[in-house]
Amino acid sequence: CSRRGKKKKLIMEVMFQYSLILFAFSVQAHKEGNPQKLLEMNGHTAVPHSYDYDLIVIGGGSGGLAAAKEAAKYEKKVMVLDFVTPTPLGNSWGLGGTCVNVGCIPKKLMHQAALLGQALQDSRKFGWQFPEEVKHNWMTMTESVQNYIGSLNWGYRVALREKKVTYENAYGEFVQPHTVKATNKRGVEKLYTAERFLIATGERPRYLGIPGDKEYCISSDDLFSLPYCPGKTLVVGASYVALECAGFLAGLGLDVTVMVRSILLRGFDQDMANKIGEYMEEHGIKFIREFVPIKVEQIEEGTPGRLKVTAKSTKGNEVIEGEYNTVLLAIGRDACTRKIGLDKVGVKINEKTGKIPVNDMEQTNVPYIYAIGDILQDRLELTPVAIQAGRLLVQRLYGGATTKCDYVNVPTTVFTPLEYGACGYSEENAIQKFGEENIEVYHSHFWPLEWTVPSRDNNKCYAKIICNIRDNERVIGFHVLGPNAGEVTQGFAAAIKCGLTKEQLDSTIGIHPVCAEYTRPHNNFLCSSCYLSLTKN
Amino acid sequence: MAALWRRRRRLLGAAGLCRTARALSGKPEYDLLVIGGGSGGLACAKEAAQFGRKVAVLDYVEPSPQGTKWGLGGTCVNVGCIPKKLMHQAALLGSALKDAQHYGWNIAHPVHHNWSEMAQAVQNYVKSLNWGHRIQLQDKKVKYFNVKGSFSDPHTIRGLTKGGKETILTAEKIVIATGGRPKYPIHVAGALEYGITSDDLFWLKESPGKTLVVGASYISLECAGFLTGIGLDTTVMMRSIPLRGFDQQMASLVTEYMESYGTKFLKKCIPTKVEKLESNRLQVTWKNTDSGTEETDSFDTVMWAVGRAPDTKALNLETVGVKTNSETGKIIVDASEATSVPHIYAVGDITEGRPELTPTAIAAGKLLAQRLFGQSSELMDYDNVPTTVFTPLEYGCVGLSEEKAVQCYGSDNIEVYHAYYKPLEFTVAERDATQCYMKMVCLREREQRILGLHFIGPNAGEVIQGFALGIKCGATYPQLMKTIGIHPTCAEEITKLHITKRSGLDATVTGC
Repeated sequence: CSRRGKKKKLIMEVMFQYSLILFAFSVQAHKEGNPQKLLEMNGHTAVPHSYDYDLIVIGGGSGGLAAAKEAAKYEKKVMVLDFVTPTPLGNSWGLGGTCVNVGCIPKKLMHQAALLGQALQDSRKFGWQFPEEVKHNWMTMTESVQNYIGSLNWGYRVALREKKVTYENAYGEFVQPHTVKATNKRGVEKLYTAERFLIATGERPRYLGIPGDKEYCISSDDLFSLPYCPGKTLVVGASYVALECAGFLAGLGLDVTVMVRSILLRGFDQDMANKIGEYMEEHGIKFIREFVPIKVEQIEEGTPGRLKVTAKSTKGNEVIEGEYNTVLLAIGRDACTRKIGLDKVGVKINEKTGKIPVNDMEQTNVPYIYAIGDILQDRLELTPVAIQAGRLLVQRLYGGATTKCDYVNVPTTVFTPLEYGACGYSEENAIQKFGEENIEVYHSHFWPLEWTVPSRDNNKCYAKIICNIRDNERVIGFHVLGPNAGEVTQGFAAAIKCGLTKEQLDSTIGIHPVCAEYTRPHNNFLCSSCYLSLTKN
Repeated sequence: MAALWRRRRRLLGAAGLCRTARALSGKPEYDLLVIGGGSGGLACAKEAAQFGRKVAVLDYVEPSPQGTKWGLGGTCVNVGCIPKKLMHQAALLGSALKDAQHYGWNIAHPVHHNWSEMAQAVQNYVKSLNWGHRIQLQDKKVKYFNVKGSFSDPHTIRGLTKGGKETILTAEKIVIATGGRPKYPIHVAGALEYGITSDDLFWLKESPGKTLVVGASYISLECAGFLTGIGLDTTVMMRSIPLRGFDQQMASLVTEYMESYGTKFLKKCIPTKVEKLESNRLQVTWKNTDSGTEETDSFDTVMWAVGRAPDTKALNLETVGVKTNSETGKIIVDASEATSVPHIYAVGDITEGRPELTPTAIAAGKLLAQRLFGQSSELMDYDNVPTTVFTPLEYGCVGLSEEKAVQCYGSDNIEVYHAYYKPLEFTVAERDATQCYMKMVCLREREQRILGLHFIGPNAGEVIQGFALGIKCGATYPQLMKTIGIHPTCAEEITKLHITKRSGLDATVTGC
């Protein structure tokens, strides 16, 4: 009853705000008019029914939306605040977060466009005949991709409405305990209170901090909706975002160079990372290694224009220059945690990285504030992880569940031209953790049957399995480079979850002929006699 | 494996000594003789040779009624998995050409498919595999005879070359791995004379043109699928149900998709005769068992895919007393692949009650050699063998079908989780995903062990393989739910299955 009263009061306030546009005054009134709130400074002992919402989620990405929808299932009063701060070049997007708008979805679709380019070449070898000249139209692709994303944005809004989750396209920041201020595009501010909060604001691409970077460079936040073909492109960075983007741009026929400061795919198995790099190089992508840009200048405006990039060696004083149409920065991502008023409520962040440390229940140091997704310290930055964490968290909060999110053996795939799927330990981490003498690595090159007829890329696909000798040769790492690596890796991840051992692997019958069964390394052209057989390192 | 190699080398020494002793006492010439150089036979022979044994393989391809013949490697390599998957790939690339336009690739028309070019490329690859198999045998010091073998006594095989030259070979142990060949409906007039089978299709130099494929086996549907995919007018004639033995809900989805893809279906129809017209086309007459009417149409090619029969006739099995199933003609074996005659074994498609799959034949052949010569006692495990049907929309499965699970455990004791999903790549390509579907059949009791997994969609083989491993490890529904997905893939939907059939809720996956 008191809750309903509260709601009514808020609505009236909102109307008041709108009608008189006496915004600041209204906020003031709201604050002062609720002395009770101030008494609850120390949070979790809150009196029930005294907040606007049971849960306010800040950030409408994969994790935040999953959590909000799950909470609504328990008939909780939930609000989602989502706001996309435009990129330095002014690009912004709809509800759904990074994955849907500027991440997994558009990148996989553009990767698919590139794969289809390869398919066109292959198809001639399989008897298809069509006129020689085939060109790619960037705008056709981008519009199709953006239309699909638009439908997803809409789908999320409908889903929230159906589940009776309140959605506001407004920037949320903490102003005092249990209270956030939501600022919309037009600068209108509102205050909302909740018993609990979930921070799921994710990350945004990092800039170099050199002359010309924000003025002239783009990031992955811009690329997928770029209203013109990027032309000759310099990709700065060696993260998976960098390599994936470089990969599909080259696959669409563009001249692509990747500038790498040190190693490729930090954190991934380096043996695999180097193989990915080699394959990309063989497929026409240029790599400039151990250089970092120090200046970007515009030579000519246009769509695309012309840019001059000056870069300096990381080893000495050598300076090089290059001319590109587009410079894409993919040097890392920063957590969106520094401008959401965490200091006002006392949520600790790692000052260096901006990430939020949480316990194994996704709880921050402030008990009523939780966090999930890419902003977490020492957790994986993956959509399905954020979704899983969000759902499980809500089930624990409102459903009496006890299951915690299991961050172990999470599979992932890098959609480079030759896809890379992985689950579990990298070889170097396994050695570090268990000791070289306690691990055994089985590996094999293989040649997908479909590649034999176009006779391309023999000996490029590769798989390896890392086993712990001390534990019955249990599989602790799985790595595969090849077509459809994501589809292949998923099931293996499930098997690893079930405690897969090398012996069980050996006794499982392959499906013939697919890549997920492996060829024998020494007679690898004989794809036909393949069976799940990997030999030791 | 290093340790294993060392052990094998020691065995090799012992075997060498043993052989000298036998030669002196007039024992059989070979330790192992394998009749049939297909997947199972070759695997068994090569594995036995690894143990330092004296091994020979006999392989002979009786030409098809249309005169098609091929090289070493058996069905899979020459007239099975390999050419079919490659031609399936040709068809997929046809879809890719259409998809590509949605993804921004400007392809000028006309686009058409040239059968001869594809067939040539596929055949060249198959020939390279034939060659590869011969080299492998040579490397492993396995003697290869291109002769047709038949028993003249329990340890002696009489081999006949194409030219009629005779070779007599003796062996201590003999493995039969002669596989199967397509059946002809000989009661149908003109069937043998004018029809082809999968033994011929992959070796055709010219396009088969408008084709009638008779049968509803996976071979029939796969062939009809890729023929449709490369642009041929293709019709499947089926007597009763598609994909007998497979989950029937999945089977219906597979054929439903094919229908929307352009394959025509003549259901509940039985061919009665095939005649050659003056135009050289084939006129097929059939009976529609539903309406009882007789119907007719003309085709360029008629392909029979009405089943396969074991190739035992020429073996003269009666002489040595190897028992076969009188109905199927297949050889009866025990769990150690031994026939009714203790030193004679059989592996692969010729054995009674075993799955007719290359990887099972290979594994069975290898394990047999290890038991015979490597002091192993490990038996082949025929449970939970995954398989994939490469129809236009692929179907992969492992474990029990839903109907089999119901039959074994009762419908009250199983839970079926299912989902209709849309592969991300289909969205931009504006492809219909109505039949993209998956289901997991679990026990209903608390642990919810997974009994079967079924998946229809692109790359079904790649998707199912790893899950088959999980099921081998005793995967339960909760374990799968704890597995985090890989985004965005089709396989991730398997880790998100949560709608039970029992609930009656809409199983369509929405959003990410």
